[in-house]
Order: sequence, then C-alpha cells, then structure tokens
Amino acid sequence: MSNLALIIYCGLITFLTRFSMIALLKKEMFNDRIREVLSYVPSAIFPAIIFPAIFLDNSGFIQLDDNPKILASIIAMIIGVFSKNVLATIFSGLFSYWTIIFIF
Amino acid sequence: MSNKSKNFFKGIKDTSPLMIPVVPFGIIFGVLAIDLGLTPLTTIAMSVIIFGGASQIIFLQLFSAGASSFVILSSVGAVNSRHLLYGTVLSEHLSDLNLTWKIIVSYFLVDQAFAVSNNHFKKNKEDKDKYFHLIGGGLNCWTIWQITTIIGIYLGSIIPEKLGLTFAIPLTFLALLVNDFRKFINVIVIIISGSIATLGYQIIPYKAYVIVAAFVGLFVAFILTKFLKKNYE
Repeated sequence: MSNLALIIYCGLITFLTRFSMIALLKKEMFNDRIREVLSYVPSAIFPAIIFPAIFLDNSGFIQLDDNPKILASIIAMIIGVFSKNVLATIFSGLFSYWTIIFIF
Repeated sequence: MSNKSKNFFKGIKDTSPLMIPVVPFGIIFGVLAIDLGLTPLTTIAMSVIIFGGASQIIFLQLFSAGASSFVILSSVGAVNSRHLLYGTVLSEHLSDLNLTWKIIVSYFLVDQAFAVSNNHFKKNKEDKDKYFHLIGGGLNCWTIWQITTIIGIYLGSIIPEKLGLTFAIPLTFLALLVNDFRKFINVIVIIISGSIATLGYQIIPYKAYVIVAAFVGLFVAFILTKFLKKNYE
C-alpha cells in the first residue's frame, strides 16, 4: 500500500469513528456499562505507546541501565500529576532528558 | 449577527484556551514526521486527511518501526475508539441534522471541540443552531493544527537529531494521561498495558503489540470495574 493510500484509509477510520455514533445511534445501543469501559480506552492504549518508547533501546531490547528516558519520564509524570498541565508535563520531561544527556 | 454566527464565534472563543497545548503538539508532529523521513506534502496530507493528533503520532511511531499497513490501521482505529464515546454523548443533540451536516460536524469532532461543545449543548438544548458551536470550535482546532504542522515541518529540517525529539512521543501521551494516575483502576490498567507492550515488543508478531496490550488493558478494566467499583468509591 502506498503511503498516501494508507493515510487516506487511516483518515477514513478516524472519520468513521467520529461519524458512526452520530449517524447511527439509537440511544439504547450504548448502555452505561459500555460507556464506563470505553472511558478506560486512553489508559489501555496510551501506555502501550509510552512504555516501549521509554524502556526499549533502538533495537527493541529492554534497557534499564544507563537509560536517561526513565528518570526523565518519572520527573515528567510527577510534574504532570501535580500540575495537571499537558505542556508542563511534556517540557519538564524534555528538559530533564536534555539535562541528563548533555550535562551529566 | 445571526444566531448561527453567534454560536460559531462562541465555539471559537470557548476552544481558544485549549489551543495552547495544541500548538506544541502540532509542531512536535511536524518535526517528527520530517525526522522520520516523510515528505512535507505527505505530512500536510496527514494533518488534513486524518486530523487527529494521537492518530497521526501513533501512525508515525509504527510506520518508523516498520509495522504493516494492517497493524497501523487497526492501531489508529483503536486510538480512535474514544470518538465512539464522544459521538454517543453528542448524538442526542445532533439527531435532527441532515446527513451533510452530520458529515461536516463529524470531521470536526476532535477532543477539544467535544469538551467545550458538549457543555454548550447541554446548556442550550432548545437552540436548533447550536451545532455551529462545534463547527466553530472544530475549525479553530483545524486551523491551529495545520499552521503548527507547517511550522513543525520547517523546524524539522533545522532541529538537530541528537536532541532526541522522538522522546516527545511518549511524553505527549504521558501528558494525556496525567488525570488518570490518581485513579486506582486506571493505574492498574496503565501498568498492565505498558508491561505487555514492552515485554511483547519482540515476541508479538507484526508489531501488533499496541493492539494486544490495549485489548488486554481494556479487558482488565472491564473486570476491575465490575468487581471493584462498588468497594472503593
């Protein structure tokens, strides 16, 4: 599949998830129980992107020693929990990372 | 000013504070896309066609890891499943629209626009033009997203690679979870999903680790909410 075709398909899927419920929904289709479980989608999927990007090295092996990303992520997480601020979380993580790799 | 434009501009005004974090997000996307070897035109096409930050960044992550088209598609689908929830919540307010308007409104149904328009709709149930609020908010997000993508494309060609900006990917998603770190069930789900993805990265075929981890995580959430919710809340 060409890159552009793949992008178009991904766009279509994104659109359909936005459109389907607005277009088709009859209220009784989604009960509170399903809504409750769906509210856990971010907690279920984002860590699957976060953890490997932090704990794996470039060849896909687990790297716990000498890995500045771990400490930087912990700092970002603490800042995030207390500030509840998206920007503060991202930038505290990046600046801690740069401090570790460039200064220490 | 007509009632439609009033709603439209209210949507722009209400989403504006939420645009502040979108700016670096869009720039980071543009920078990473160029870093990972996409052309400027493909990068812009992504922001116009997909128009979803999390979808676009997971696309880049899996694309650069050499995942198959099927895995990229299903992962994007999984990331987007939260939109089903938005649609469910909004459908009662939008059920009277004709198909064309439903299509237009759906394209603009991004996280930030949903957050503010949902409140607006609840307060203005009787206003038949209220959907213009969502269009105004969505168009505001759309404009900021396209501009910051282009800024990122430009910066991507001048920012040195050793800054390790790809680390911004996990940080961005981490930032989207900050409200969940205080909740017990969410923390369990986060740890389980993250561990499965990390340990399964080499073992799970076709780079499907994101999907597998997400489904196990959701299943755990399903079980835990069933048995724990009553006890601790």
